[in-house]
This record gives sequence, structure tokens and C-alpha cells, in this order.
Amino acid sequence: MSNDTRTTDARVVRAGAARVEWQNATIVDIVDRTPSIKSFFFQLAVPFEHIAGQHVDVRLTAPDGYVAMRSYSIASAPSPEPTIELAIERLPDGEVSPFFHDVARVGDDIELRGPLGGHFLWPENSHDPVLLIGAGSGVVPLAAMIRRRHAAGESVPTALLLSSRTRRDVLFGDELFAAEQLGTGFQFALTLTREPPTRATDFGRRIDSAMVADVASRLPDAPAHVFVCGSNAFVDVAVDGALAAGFASETIKTERYGA
Amino acid sequence: MVTRGFTGRRASGERSSRLPPGQHVVDDFPVLSAGPAPRVAVEDWTFTLKVGPRPVKVWTWTEFNALPRNTVTRDIHCVTAWSKFDTRWKGVFIDDILADAGLDAPTDFVLAHTVDGYSSNVPMADLTGERAMIALEYEGEPLERDHGGPARLLVPHLYFWKSAKWVNAIQFTERNEAGFWELRGYHMYGDPWREQRYTND
Repeated sequence: MSNDTRTTDARVVRAGAARVEWQNATIVDIVDRTPSIKSFFFQLAVPFEHIAGQHVDVRLTAPDGYVAMRSYSIASAPSPEPTIELAIERLPDGEVSPFFHDVARVGDDIELRGPLGGHFLWPENSHDPVLLIGAGSGVVPLAAMIRRRHAAGESVPTALLLSSRTRRDVLFGDELFAAEQLGTGFQFALTLTREPPTRATDFGRRIDSAMVADVASRLPDAPAHVFVCGSNAFVDVAVDGALAAGFASETIKTERYGA
Repeated sequence: MVTRGFTGRRASGERSSRLPPGQHVVDDFPVLSAGPAPRVAVEDWTFTLKVGPRPVKVWTWTEFNALPRNTVTRDIHCVTAWSKFDTRWKGVFIDDILADAGLDAPTDFVLAHTVDGYSSNVPMADLTGERAMIALEYEGEPLERDHGGPARLLVPHLYFWKSAKWVNAIQFTERNEAGFWELRGYHMYGDPWREQRYTND
């Protein structure tokens, strides 16, 4: 009946699926990642194995019952281990992210539920090239995909174009540079908007169509999957670049960090 | 469970009573979408009313704009937990679309379809009685492409993913058919006041 032209993903479409329940998760580690981003490692009371790209909802409850809720992409690869990583950027005028950065500490219990989301999902066991485009903390779900690809020993040609202000702001930078050296078909292009690039294959400007086409051309074939995650303005430019490069609209999935 | 050290930044007074559980107020208008925002020229846009597979009536942009247009001011609530108060929309109530087509609701369920293949399902009872419109303007301006322009469904009392952007058809269905996000883990109805965010909440 529906003329939905996009395919649904059998991994997440389950008729009569059960409700995803809230659970307590304990912060077991906190790691400084960049000047504005920390990683929080949660031990789950009820472990789950997510699909790279999915998110959890986190809820904080004040003594008077007031509740604040936010969605955070999972940064870790799916794993049978009962631990997940969330990388949370401190938003200066935020309500929840300053709590995590300034108040939360190891041993705290936090309510969360997941895995959630059935669209922005790593296409496991695909042989068709994948193009990942992210900005700032928008690299989080893409990092989960890259980590999954590596953990599963996949060799699907994959390129990441990541935009950051400065080198210090690059989330998971060391890990991404190292992943590129493994020779498994992963390529990493960095663009810095407030510093010159240090590698010939990187860029030193805001994202544009030419940059998207350049990075995509490093793949052996046109990407069959394009994932874009960042601010709305960034996503618009990246998507226009992907469309201008001739990639079909249906292949492009977006996640916009709006609020 | 009280979260150690969390006090929060709650809305005060009247604003607080307008905020569904788990939501927070924003002043900007965040944009969310599953894929590229399509470019739709109004000369090429049509709106189709269907019963099952059968088109009942098709309007061009000019014809659609000649239908009665009304302005509403509503609070909107996104499933990603932001809410925006007092948003002003102008468009055509679903009631007036059905009246123009001379159609009484033949089933209890509707799928809204969009130019980019997205869909969302809404019970017919939630679309009538001036509770829903096809919105053509936001805050006195033609609806921007990022926000669904030239036309989007507006069902402000449900989570905002139901208010499908770039809408170009509504279709009566025999059963309550899941739309795009409803097939991907989101709730079939989506009442913000009952926090129906995900499947079977």
C-alpha cells in the first residue's frame, strides 16, 4: 500500500516488536577526547548488541521528578560486552551535556534505553563502497560504523570525510589515522576549518561539493551508501555535494544534530 | 530514579504546563530528515487524495491555494525531545480538502505520502475537526524547503515526525499501515503527552 521507495532494514523491522525498556547503566569510565568532548563508558544492567549507527535515549531525573531526555549516538561498535561508549559534546548553553561534563562521575547510575533508530544503519556485509561524511561530534555514529567494520574484519571500501575546527577538535583522530594505515580499504580525509591541513590528502576549508567529489573519487566505485551526520547547515552542503557528484538521493542517509 | 547531582533547567509557570514529559523548549527551529531535502517547484507540485490505490482528486498548486486557507498557532513537539511554542502556520485544513473532493472519510486510517517516498500514518480522527492541515506558510512566509516546503502535513498534537514534509498525497487505507519511521522503530500513534516515542511505548 505504501509507496515508500526506500527499503526497510530487516534487522530492525520486527512485527510486534517489544518495547525498548529503560534500564540503569553505571558509568565505569570517563575519558577526555577533545577540549569539548568526553567519552562516557556505561556498563549496562541489561546488555544489548546494537547496529552501528543506532542511538540510545538518556534520561536524567531531578529530586522533584523533573525529567530531561536526550538522544546520543552510540560510539562503540556492537559487542557482546555489556559496555557502550557515548561521546558527549559539552554545549555551552546545554542542560544535559554540562551535567555529564561537570557533575557525572564514575560509579553514577544513569537511566538509558536502546538500541533505538532503524534508518541510519551500517550496511553489514555490503561489498559496495560506503562514503561517510561528518562534522564535529557528528562523527560519533560514523565512528561506530568504522569500528564495526574493523571488528568484523570487513573490507568494504569506505571513505570518511570529517570536518573539524582544529586538529585538537578531531574526535577519535588518532584511532582514525591508525585505521587508515591498516590497509583494509578505509580512507580518511580530514578538513580543518580554522587551521591549515598537515597532509596533502586533507583539506583546509569548509566542506563544499568539490571536496565531497574528491573524497568519493578515492573509492573504487561510486558509493552505494552515503551517511552524513552533522549540523543542519553542514548536512545540506554535504548532501548537495553528493547529489552533484551523481549519487542517487535514495543512497543518502542523513542525521542532523539540531537540538 | 533520581540522578545524583542533576537539578535541570525546567520551564517555569505556564510554559511548564504546556511541555509534555521529557521535552525541553527551544527557540530556534531544528531541522531533521532521513535524507536529502527534495527540491520541489510549485509548478510541478500536485496534491492527490486517494482511497486505497484509487486517486479521487488531484489539485495543482494554483488549485490547492484556492481552497480555504486558515492560520493556526500551535506548540509542536519533536520525538528528539525539543518542543517549540506558538508556531504559526497557514494552510488548508484536511476537512476542507475532503469537502472540496466531496468525500466522506471512507476508512479510519490515512497515510500521508511525500515526494521523496517518505510516509507517515495518522488515524483519520486526528486529521479532522481543524486539528490538521496541509501547511503552506510558516510565520507568514512560504514554507522553506528545509521545513518541508512547498507543503507539509501539520498534525501538531502528535510528535512532529507525523507532520510529513514535502507532502503530496494523502491516502485512505483499510488498516492502520505503518509509515516510514513507524516501520523503523517509532510509535504507531505518537502522542507526546503519553510519551509514545518508540514501538509499543
